[in-house]
Amino acid sequence: MSDTKISKNLLRLGLRRLLVLVCLGLVGALASATLVRFAPGNGVSERDLDPRLRPDSVEALRQQQALHQGLPAFYFHYLAALFHGDLGESESLKRPVRELLRQRLPVTGNSVVRGLGVAWLAAALLASLGIASRGWFFEASTTAFNSLLLSLPSAVVAMLAVQLRAPVFFAIAVAVFPRLYSYIRNLLVRSYDQPHVLAARARGLGSSAIFMRHVLPLAAPPLFALLGVSFAISFGAAIPIEALCDSPGLGQLAWQAALSRDLPLIVNVTLVVTLVMLSANSFADLAGRTFSREAQ
Amino acid sequence: MKPLQKVAVSVLCVIFVTMALATFLLPAHYARQYRDIPNAVPSPAHPLGTDALGRDSLSRLLYGTRVSLLLAPAAALLATLIAALLGSVAGLLGGWFERIVLAATDLSLALPWLFLLLVVRAMLPLDVPPLVSVVIAFLMMGLLGWQASVRVICAAARGVRDSDFLLLARSTGCKPARLVWCHVAPNLRPLFYAQFFISIPLFILTEANLSILGLGVMEPMPSWGNLMRGFEDFSTLSANPWRLVPLVLLVIVVMCFQLVLPQQEVTQ
Amino acid sequence: MIRRASILFSLTIAWCFPAFVAAQSAAQSGGELHFCIHGEPKTFNPLLVEDGQSEIVRYLTGGVLIRLNRQTQALEPALATSWNATPDGRTIKFHLRTGLHFSDGTPFTSEDVAYTVKALMDPQLHSPTGDSFRSGDGQVSVQTPTADTITVTFPAPVAGLERLFDQVAILSAHSPKKEMAVLGPFYVADYSPGSYVQLRRNTNYWKKDKEGKSLPYLDSIRLDIQRNHDIEILRFRRGEVHLINSLDADLFDRLQKESPSSAHDAGPSLDSEFVWFNQVPTAAFPEYKKVWFRSTEFRKAISLAINRADLARIVYAGHAQPAYGPISPANHFWFNSALPLPKYDSAAALRLLAQAGFRLEGETLRDSSGNRVEFTLITSTGNKPREQMATMIQQDLSQIGIKVNMVTLDFPSLIERITRTFDYEACLLGFTNTDLDPNSQMNVWLSSAENHQWNPKQSKPATAWEAEIDRLMQSQASSTSDKKRKADWDRVQQIVAEQQPFIYLINRDAMSAISPAVLGSAPSVLDPHAFWNADVLRLGPDPALGAQK
Repeated sequence: MSDTKISKNLLRLGLRRLLVLVCLGLVGALASATLVRFAPGNGVSERDLDPRLRPDSVEALRQQQALHQGLPAFYFHYLAALFHGDLGESESLKRPVRELLRQRLPVTGNSVVRGLGVAWLAAALLASLGIASRGWFFEASTTAFNSLLLSLPSAVVAMLAVQLRAPVFFAIAVAVFPRLYSYIRNLLVRSYDQPHVLAARARGLGSSAIFMRHVLPLAAPPLFALLGVSFAISFGAAIPIEALCDSPGLGQLAWQAALSRDLPLIVNVTLVVTLVMLSANSFADLAGRTFSREAQ
Repeated sequence: MKPLQKVAVSVLCVIFVTMALATFLLPAHYARQYRDIPNAVPSPAHPLGTDALGRDSLSRLLYGTRVSLLLAPAAALLATLIAALLGSVAGLLGGWFERIVLAATDLSLALPWLFLLLVVRAMLPLDVPPLVSVVIAFLMMGLLGWQASVRVICAAARGVRDSDFLLLARSTGCKPARLVWCHVAPNLRPLFYAQFFISIPLFILTEANLSILGLGVMEPMPSWGNLMRGFEDFSTLSANPWRLVPLVLLVIVVMCFQLVLPQQEVTQ
Repeated sequence: MIRRASILFSLTIAWCFPAFVAAQSAAQSGGELHFCIHGEPKTFNPLLVEDGQSEIVRYLTGGVLIRLNRQTQALEPALATSWNATPDGRTIKFHLRTGLHFSDGTPFTSEDVAYTVKALMDPQLHSPTGDSFRSGDGQVSVQTPTADTITVTFPAPVAGLERLFDQVAILSAHSPKKEMAVLGPFYVADYSPGSYVQLRRNTNYWKKDKEGKSLPYLDSIRLDIQRNHDIEILRFRRGEVHLINSLDADLFDRLQKESPSSAHDAGPSLDSEFVWFNQVPTAAFPEYKKVWFRSTEFRKAISLAINRADLARIVYAGHAQPAYGPISPANHFWFNSALPLPKYDSAAALRLLAQAGFRLEGETLRDSSGNRVEFTLITSTGNKPREQMATMIQQDLSQIGIKVNMVTLDFPSLIERITRTFDYEACLLGFTNTDLDPNSQMNVWLSSAENHQWNPKQSKPATAWEAEIDRLMQSQASSTSDKKRKADWDRVQQIVAEQQPFIYLINRDAMSAISPAVLGSAPSVLDPHAFWNADVLRLGPDPALGAQK
């Protein structure tokens, strides 16, 4: 196949994927709207317990809430508003959702990217050291350390981060690192045990040359796939961690929205989270497929 | 088996046996409040001290171990069953169905599971006995935790679908039901077992996380996560280090599971 | 060499001098007070305030006509130098201070008060502040004969009229800044959503101290938005936060061990925690349970069987007291001091239950038809003291053979069950009271009202005692003599003690944390406990830190 044809195919595939992603995101958002509508505790608030309010005030305030227009009407209004870029207003925080997302998303994005960076760096470093040394003591201690980190509940890690005044991305890094390390290490071990690598070493090639020319090309596809998956994992881990560390990001917003039954907020946060995680997984799939095709 | 794995297996066995004999070992009922001695230090009568309401910590730990260690496998079983069904059917049928199942898997990961858990708790009838509500909590975890295994099972089922022996069986006119029962299932069964055992420590950790957030096992029933709820107060913890025992136990058990089991591919 | 030394010396002085000056002026100027609020303020419009955080901002920025002194519990003139309410409780005349300006320079006159009152009484407003004044339908009439007098006539008598003006922050009728132009000690200078609210000193604030110096002393107040209470106390320990307005009992004890001078327990507050049984006739549980819950002896027995002293001692570490009834002893004027102390006596409880036809068979209590006495107690998730109290009540009641199941629900589901579906048996909740005058609780005691929690919106009173409470409510609402109203409320408290529709458990103490760096603080039992006198607070050097933050 010619290069232009390959890239055209990739572009088409990418666009199709994007369309599917957006549709799935909307499905997810509307599904969560349905969930909120039929959940107990819908449409009530602490206002109902305030004895200072007169009955007509309580009734008038209840009428103002979004869900009294019925679910199909809500779907229609929501999609129509979404088309114009208006994501609605949060009931519990009384601010436009778009503004809230614009403030919170960078905070979470920052934590996730930095956490991932630290985790990848640490995992790659430790894995390479392991390959270089191959001693049983190093292996045993890293396995034990890794196992320990994997066994800590992420809530405990978050509480520890708060105590040690460590930034949120540290907790995310600790949550993601163990999984990355074991996978990367196994991958590298398998790659280095390949016959062609052995042959290259026998021929006297330097270790950096072996790494760049023989190990990395084969390990690249699964590593890219891992990148996508690890992004999705850290984004997922960010939600409870942010809620516990009280970091003003998307995770805390999602937690609050769930507790206060804030429909516009839940719907839009679900949309964003779905899009992010689906994109990460799609990237992983696509990367894996592209590079494996190239390797062929 | 490597010596490390043997050690891990024996540790797990000891813990399981202690848990089984817990009723006989329990110094006191886990809910009994000794109101004269709240927050007591360890003593012969209360080897791990008492909690804020004067309940014996050791009894609560033993009972909580039972709750976590018996119910996590139940959740893992449910999750594996769902994943096995969806994954194998998707892998075998392939095409659109496989794509739909994988998309649904990704989508369900992004749904507000926090909200779902809150809602299910709120919808339960009020007069369910505490044990039943705990079982339901774990079943909910199982219902929400199947996504991790689906991709792996789907990939394996795809492999089986493209395999030679299945082609042979199909060409000799084997009926679909028999195909699944005699040819596909035995090949996938080891994978199902592996996924089941791998999920157990994951569900133990999930329960701990949820209970710390207040969404897991409800008071007064103890569980490992429940017992770790007071951990935000670091200064009290450092003054009373025996309160860390539930965390230590959880870490040991999960580490042992990891050492015994095969390595998992990195998925959700 | 001497020249070099003197140059060095002068350089040193020159280097230290600014620090000296800064230290001096810092001690004279107020500095910036830091403390945390536990959520976003939902509005800066003082008339629409519903949540606690907006109320804090309103308290610090709003100028009111009459201020309730949180320490003496007496009314003091603020923007109004004097006032006169007619005996019928409908009309009030204020004499206002002259020569005052809003924070943006707009002059303050009676027109602004008229504008505020009219906005308050707008039927479309639907806010707790406004509704407190709307005791009847009709229009309010306002007369402003001069720039410094105003007469307001309400359509119906308003009980405790003067006190209610403590909640009404005066808005400017003419300022382009609308509700952001204020008359209080501070004004909102900056708001970063999710992060902080910054208030700065209002140089036009009317109040001066005894020496004639302009108040407030503080330059600014920074309210950090911090939901997590543990992080808040961590920051307090590090000196990043100067005060914590309301502390939980266990956090209080933690703090007291470390720095006893920071932890303040002002005594029992107005807040109470209580349990009630669902007496709604259409509730979805069996009829025999409804019979139990309607039985006065059953409720009184439950009250006798609960060990309130243990609740106060264990759950609140001694920082609470058994509650007598709806009005806390901290409310000096309205509390009925003749009420008997709540008792703990399981034997008496069993005797009462025997009178009502219950009998104890071994470890199980059964009613006259042989049904096992068992019910579910719901409470809100995430509130540790309530969960602990429910657990302790479980054990207390098991001693008289009653099996209690405890279920924690998230707040919206709980509210739905107790206000809409009535699908619950018993509930444990608390009431945060900010108003001394119990008239604000009228919707709780009127049998036809929504907040009559055990059996709301009755078409006619279900029992004789509820009918009597209705009568007393109407009487106290239409009366303007405080003495007569007190007599009515005393009788209400007595009926509640006899009938126990709400089984009151404890009144928790008002606990706050105030750093020694904050000078002039005087923690009170009324909210805001730690900063009710924010205009006279100032920051000095923190002895623990050795420098001013």
